[in-house]
Amino acid sequence: MSHTHESTGIKSWLTTVDHKRIGIMYGASAFLFFLIGGLEALLIRWQLRMPDQTFLTPEMYNQLFTMHGTSMIFLGVMPFSAMFFNYLIPLQVGARDVAFPRLNAFSFWTFLLGGLFLNASFLVNAAPNAGWFGYANLTSKQFSPGLNTDFWVAGLQILGIASLAAAVNFTVTILNMRATGMKMLRVPMFSWMSLITQVLLLLSFPVITVALVMLMFDRMFGTSFFNPAGGGDPVLWQHLFWVFGHPEVYILILPAFGIVSEILPVFSRKPLFGYTAMVFSGCFIAFLGFGVWSHHMFAVGMGPVADTVFSLMTMLIAIPTGVKIFNWIGTIWGGSISLKSPMLFALGFIAMFIIGGLSGVMHSVAPADLQQTDSYFVVAHFHYVLFGGAIFSLVGGAYFWWPKMFGRMLDETLGKLHFWLMMIGFNLTFFPMHMLGLHGMPRRVYTYADKMGFNEGNLLATIGALTIAVSFLVFIWNIIKTWRGPANAPADPWNGATLEWSIPSPPQHFNFAEVPTVESRDAWWHIKRAKGGNVGEPKRYAEDAVLMPNPSWWPMITSIGIIIFFVGLVFHVNLPVILLGAGVVLLGIFKWAFEPPFSEAH
Amino acid sequence: MSHSAEAHAETHSHPTWQLYVGIAVILFALTALEVGAYEVAERGIMGGFGVFVKEMVVEILLVLSAAKFALVAMFYMHLKQDSKIFSSVFVFPIILAALVILALLGLFVYNRGQNAIWNMPPWS
Amino acid sequence: MAHDAALHPPTSTGLDNRKLAIWTFIGSECMFFATLISTYVVYKGQSLRGPLPHEAWTDPATGQTLEHVFSIPLVTFGTAVLLFSSFFVVLALNGLQTGKMKQFVGWLAATVVCGLFFIGMQVFEFTHFVHEKHLGFTTNLFGSSFFTLTGFHGTHVTLGVLWLATLLYLGIRGKMGPEKALNLEIAALYWHFVDVVWIVIFPVVYLMK
Repeated sequence: MSHTHESTGIKSWLTTVDHKRIGIMYGASAFLFFLIGGLEALLIRWQLRMPDQTFLTPEMYNQLFTMHGTSMIFLGVMPFSAMFFNYLIPLQVGARDVAFPRLNAFSFWTFLLGGLFLNASFLVNAAPNAGWFGYANLTSKQFSPGLNTDFWVAGLQILGIASLAAAVNFTVTILNMRATGMKMLRVPMFSWMSLITQVLLLLSFPVITVALVMLMFDRMFGTSFFNPAGGGDPVLWQHLFWVFGHPEVYILILPAFGIVSEILPVFSRKPLFGYTAMVFSGCFIAFLGFGVWSHHMFAVGMGPVADTVFSLMTMLIAIPTGVKIFNWIGTIWGGSISLKSPMLFALGFIAMFIIGGLSGVMHSVAPADLQQTDSYFVVAHFHYVLFGGAIFSLVGGAYFWWPKMFGRMLDETLGKLHFWLMMIGFNLTFFPMHMLGLHGMPRRVYTYADKMGFNEGNLLATIGALTIAVSFLVFIWNIIKTWRGPANAPADPWNGATLEWSIPSPPQHFNFAEVPTVESRDAWWHIKRAKGGNVGEPKRYAEDAVLMPNPSWWPMITSIGIIIFFVGLVFHVNLPVILLGAGVVLLGIFKWAFEPPFSEAH
Repeated sequence: MSHSAEAHAETHSHPTWQLYVGIAVILFALTALEVGAYEVAERGIMGGFGVFVKEMVVEILLVLSAAKFALVAMFYMHLKQDSKIFSSVFVFPIILAALVILALLGLFVYNRGQNAIWNMPPWS
Repeated sequence: MAHDAALHPPTSTGLDNRKLAIWTFIGSECMFFATLISTYVVYKGQSLRGPLPHEAWTDPATGQTLEHVFSIPLVTFGTAVLLFSSFFVVLALNGLQTGKMKQFVGWLAATVVCGLFFIGMQVFEFTHFVHEKHLGFTTNLFGSSFFTLTGFHGTHVTLGVLWLATLLYLGIRGKMGPEKALNLEIAALYWHFVDVVWIVIFPVVYLMK
């Protein structure tokens, strides 16, 4: 009996170790959490549409902005990126799967269960409410007595485990499973940026893991790591959080950079300008990203020396970022441009990210930041880079790789409508926030008084937010409408440059029947040119042509054990439940370790 | 198979058990020196040399522990014989870790002396 | 055979996936322990009350004097035990790689015993601190940061002992052989890393004042 034929049905999805299916599940989950995060944003914007509104209580408002930030970052952008890591990396480097398929499944289930756990806090009216960055000592038991912060701590720890495991997996995959001839400087730019992102994950997540543990100890056992009454320093929390938090924002944006670097060449019919500079600037950004964290703390009182050092380092990061922007423009320049949906989003990305980068450089000037910090100017800045940047790029990537993943093209007209509505809505929402911030509107406050000069800007922002929502309804309609059609998209609808376009849409379980030998960058363009341009549809093989790893229950069971452990921890340190969770985890790991990855048949 | 590729690389310069014993002895000796430095500094013995040790005890301990770290990494973890990729994967985070520890130390100790959080002068 | 080829495909670097993975993980763990060590170092000397690591402390409220907490001889012995355990596991791996199964099992057992001894020493030290020295987890910043740092290290040691003991069990039952040497090599790398972390903790926590 052959185990390699991928079956359908729920069980096959629950036990899958196929990177493509895992990628799709990441994408679907991310989209669901993104919609929830978007709803949270709409509620915030509805509350702020006019002064002195009482639509939301202050407590509800605090929960909403905390969950909006936490969801969008950890349950939205990161898993969207994970969808692309999972789906694309093996295909782009010419592998049949990632290095550790079961570990991959484990990462997904841990993420999904962690995200559900975090959102379940709403059900007990205890959603996290101290901001996505949880500053001490607001998060102490004294000032946050409820379960809210405990949910936040546990949720982030669970998600951290998922991310760390995935980071090990993708690092090994990219370094070790490339096709013959694919030297590192021939690896597609998305996979390169993903590699750098994994390194950032590996080195930054442990820092917040420790910080969260210490916060948990403060709350549950009465230590004083961040409690001044016991000698602790709340500023230590800020330092540790931002040593993680700043690399985290590069984790959010680098995959998006990679996606744009894939889309622009294809729709300009020109290779990426300055490939090597793009690789090294990516590495440089990541490395420098560990040296700028206290630019989030200019108002804390670290002293002039610290402020100056972090100011200068932050300004320095603008240089490699600028290199990338010039190289993207250089890619488009002189190209034969095709303004299909993916290209529109990629171009939108460049424009919006430049604006976000400029406000970022304004923040880097510490004295100016003293006014800007904690105001809506910051909200404008990070939404321009995270939404105008990351989301635009991820959505563009969705349109670009949709035919490969699902065998169907998304509708072009609806795609353009989505783009323009999102572009207009996004700018209407966030551009006024620059002015609101400079005029003194503070962040994280549930309302504002009349006659402060904030009314018009806020009303515009709310209208813009509703426009963004409509744009995503268009996207959802596009998906539903095209899903009804047959899955007969061509393997290479866009004349792509990289290896994923050389196999059927969607790919067969084993990806490549025969992994090609790579002789240059843009391997697929090179192969097509060598064959005189005409390649036709790729051949489909028997489904069991290549032996693939078995599906397995143990990754998911191990994830469930982790959730049980943290449930016990959050609900008043319930020792039996904690031990049960630990036991399930150990059982899962042992069974997983002794389970043969491949069946003996053949 | 990748196993044989690895085994090949190792047999070329495979450490002997005598080398391992030697390393163990050195590690033990270095530990003794660390404790020795601590005791000399603690008890104020050994005259002028002891004063020097007492003043430089942090640096001495850091150097000794770094040496032990390097010996275990290079010989017991085989970094010296293995691919340089493993060394890079290990050394880069160590450097980053050291920099972060030093930066945090600097940020907090600096504040303690002159500009401690709880003693901030008013803005004007 | 297709089975073998699928299990051990040639890799781009020539290095085994699992060995590269454990080194990657170890790199990540460097930052984990760096954060714990940073916290300890930043809070050194900042406790509002005693007991203290190296000096006696008199409670201003009660006039009671608490003596210093650390016992250098005990910890030095534990340090030596851990160092020797690294030596032993290297010998065990050597034995397994060359097919000398008795050597493998014997030295691996010695490693596990050393690991258990170290854990025992830590447990003894912790209970001694709590009961005789009046240093609890929440007593002061020293207690909190010390127990957190060494506690996490001890947890890593425990997991390492569990891992090595599993391999020892498999070895005793005759299920190990030179073709599976990589399994022990990977566990040994983790074990050495745990030793290396202690090489840093020992002077920074116990010997520096």
